[in-house]
Amino acid sequence: MEKVATNENPHYFVPTPVPWPFILLIGITLTIFGFGHWLEGYVTVIPWKLLVIVGPVIFFSIVFRWFWGVVHESERGAYNRQVDMTYRMGMGWFIFSEVCFFGAFFGALFYTHVLSIPWLGGEGAKFFTGSVLWPDFTPVWPSNGPGAVGGEFEAMAPWGLAAINTVLLVTSSFTLTWAHHALKDSSRAKCIAFMILTVALGLVFLSLQAYEYHEAYTIQNLTLHSGVYGSTFFMLTGFHGLHVTIGTIMLIVITCRLFAGHFTPERHFGFEGVAWYWHFVDVVWILLFTFVYIL
Amino acid sequence: MAEQTIHGEALEHGPQADHGHGPPKGIMRWISTTNHKDLGTLYLVFSCLMFIIGGIFSLVVRAELMEPGLQFLDPSTYNEFMTMHALVMIFGAIMPGFVGLANWMVPMEVGASDLALPRVNNWGFWLLPFAFVLLFSGFFMPGGAPQFGWTMYPPMVLQMGAAFPFMIFAVHLMGISSITGAINVAVTILNMRAPGMTLMKMPIFAWSWLITAYLLIVTMPVLAGAVTMLLTDKYFGTSFFDATGGGDPILYEHVFWFFGHPEVYIMILPAFGIISTIIPTFARKPLFGYESMVYALACIGFLSMIVWAHHMFADGLPLPAELFFMFSTMLISVPTGVKIFNWVATMWRGSMTYETPMLFSIAFVVLFSIGGFSGLMMAMAPVDFQYHNTYFIVAHFHYVLVPGAAFSIIAAVYYWLPKWTGVMYNEKLGKLHFWLSLVFINVIFFPQHFLGLAGMIRRTADYPVQFADWNMVSSIGAFAFFASQFIFFYILIRCLWFRKGMVKATDRVWDGAYGLEWVVPSPAPYHSFHEPPGEYVDAESPWVLDVDHGPMAARG
Ligand SMILES: [Cu+2]
Repeated sequence: MEKVATNENPHYFVPTPVPWPFILLIGITLTIFGFGHWLEGYVTVIPWKLLVIVGPVIFFSIVFRWFWGVVHESERGAYNRQVDMTYRMGMGWFIFSEVCFFGAFFGALFYTHVLSIPWLGGEGAKFFTGSVLWPDFTPVWPSNGPGAVGGEFEAMAPWGLAAINTVLLVTSSFTLTWAHHALKDSSRAKCIAFMILTVALGLVFLSLQAYEYHEAYTIQNLTLHSGVYGSTFFMLTGFHGLHVTIGTIMLIVITCRLFAGHFTPERHFGFEGVAWYWHFVDVVWILLFTFVYIL
Repeated sequence: MAEQTIHGEALEHGPQADHGHGPPKGIMRWISTTNHKDLGTLYLVFSCLMFIIGGIFSLVVRAELMEPGLQFLDPSTYNEFMTMHALVMIFGAIMPGFVGLANWMVPMEVGASDLALPRVNNWGFWLLPFAFVLLFSGFFMPGGAPQFGWTMYPPMVLQMGAAFPFMIFAVHLMGISSITGAINVAVTILNMRAPGMTLMKMPIFAWSWLITAYLLIVTMPVLAGAVTMLLTDKYFGTSFFDATGGGDPILYEHVFWFFGHPEVYIMILPAFGIISTIIPTFARKPLFGYESMVYALACIGFLSMIVWAHHMFADGLPLPAELFFMFSTMLISVPTGVKIFNWVATMWRGSMTYETPMLFSIAFVVLFSIGGFSGLMMAMAPVDFQYHNTYFIVAHFHYVLVPGAAFSIIAAVYYWLPKWTGVMYNEKLGKLHFWLSLVFINVIFFPQHFLGLAGMIRRTADYPVQFADWNMVSSIGAFAFFASQFIFFYILIRCLWFRKGMVKATDRVWDGAYGLEWVVPSPAPYHSFHEPPGEYVDAESPWVLDVDHGPMAARG
């Protein structure tokens, strides 16, 4: 058993005990208690609204602290090839689970669009559902159902802001790939420049989406209450927007790490993991653009 | 972390190194541990605690059902206990039980030092107690605990009281816990196997967990999506499950059962792995048809994702959907039949001995098959209209979950307990525990087949008098079964804390046992392997690896 203190350590990396997961959970649980009571409008002696602030503060500090530790371990060369592969596989499975999460909402969209709306209009074997229960309902997508929940609304047009956003996000995937190539070619300045461009594209995407939501609520009367169309539209684009936000924050962190001199042309899984995540967010958007906006 | 030592280096100081790097003392050891054995113990202790709590809930239910009429509970309190029994047993007892076994055994079986992501593993465990605090908090809120069944169907569940958001978020946390556990196990298996251990030489328990992990990663996020839609339907005005807005309550059932059916395989595939490990040990023969076992597992994993609507036959699905889900469901009996056949073939002409783990495993094969056959009966849509929502269903899934999943966990605990604690459990008491469990499990659930076929509806606190006799029998069985488990708790407590005068376990424990976990001493050291045990794995298959006479013994 020779002493090997390089990255190519063939043996195992075993981390020492950490308190972060437990404290993280205290933050999460406080947040949930606060949020849940807020939703229920529940009045008790405990100041629930305070928990909604304290909980996330704990949560974000611990997430920062945890990742801080991991980044420093990585920079100190504590991780051997096996750990590197572990992170790759872990990130891959994690993104796969995210895909499945979006799958649930896409499933809801397809089901309502293709099945439940026509059924409510009396298609096929559901003739009496249409003619007896909802005789006045014309089943066309976009729909807010036979009850016209949320009132008249104007559906989201694909060839406006959404098309611009598609171009922005696809471009950002390219700039990110160029940044990756620059990192592998040891041209750090170029890499940072492309990273800043990618972050900027992400931020513009998010502002345009915010503007689109604002238009929807104020002008188009398209809200979360607008029947299944509003529900699926806002839940899908909303969760996607949340992922873009997380992705942008991660890109900013990576850019800061590039400034701090982290990563080598050979080993930079932090960069690659975030890049995978960004491409995943990009692919989800293309699916969204196709199935939510165009079809 | 700046203050952290690089443990990988410390390990190389020699065999004594892990004493210097022992865990912190007291409560902080358990809060901050990243060791797979510590976390496995925590998972198993948590699972045991939840078995007791869930068991008590079921006793409350059985006490109420002992006689017709309402004796102890009003119907909605009955529904709370019935619902909480299911949630606790599924998410608190069975799943963490299997994750605990995976924590303990998968790294040892594949020759890894620990799970791949030990800190995430810690988080994955501690999510559970917090999630259950949120879930149980419902008992103290206006409107009470969840009471519309563990399936949480809208629109009923949307009428729940103040506990609603806490139930939803508790499910989210349990889902995250399962996903982190699954990613950990999958990455450990794929990335950290000892050199020379190809996938097809891997112990079958690791294989069963790899497939389970895949199912968890696919379906748990879908459950999270389903309950998120419930949350927004109740509080944020969406109309996913509301027909006036163009949605459909049936949509929830589709999304839920897309998770829910693979979930039942998540609760049985690791059991298959355990049984496939134990039977060869006590039959002293290699597992019959190792490869076909692996393919059968993979096949079940795949099929489980295309059968979900068999839970919804009575919903009025379009005819082609009923036919598709009926045939795909029946198809699952093919790979399951392969497994049963292989277990029996493994025992065929083996040098069988009947230690407690083996007894539980044989009971598993027989009683799980009964549950499988009643499942096959219900797979036929026209027949299912008759059984739907009756006690026949209750009997069916309890046969696969109690003498199936729960017996396999008990068998696994008996099987590996000497490895964990270093002492042999009391075999006489173990056998007594087995025979009492075997008798009473059938006393509880076999009569429920008759009740269901006679038309007794499930999820109800009261019933017509003609069902009184079998309900009384079933309730007596439930109390007796619960009481028998105290033998098990006594055995566990003896082995964990009162080892004086008990027989020391050898490293190999069972003379028919094969695999890397039997290479390390009993009790297993805090870190099983300081370097990859490649030299041990060059036999043709893990089942040929013989600790006393095989290649490893030759190398001293
Ligand atoms: Cu099923």
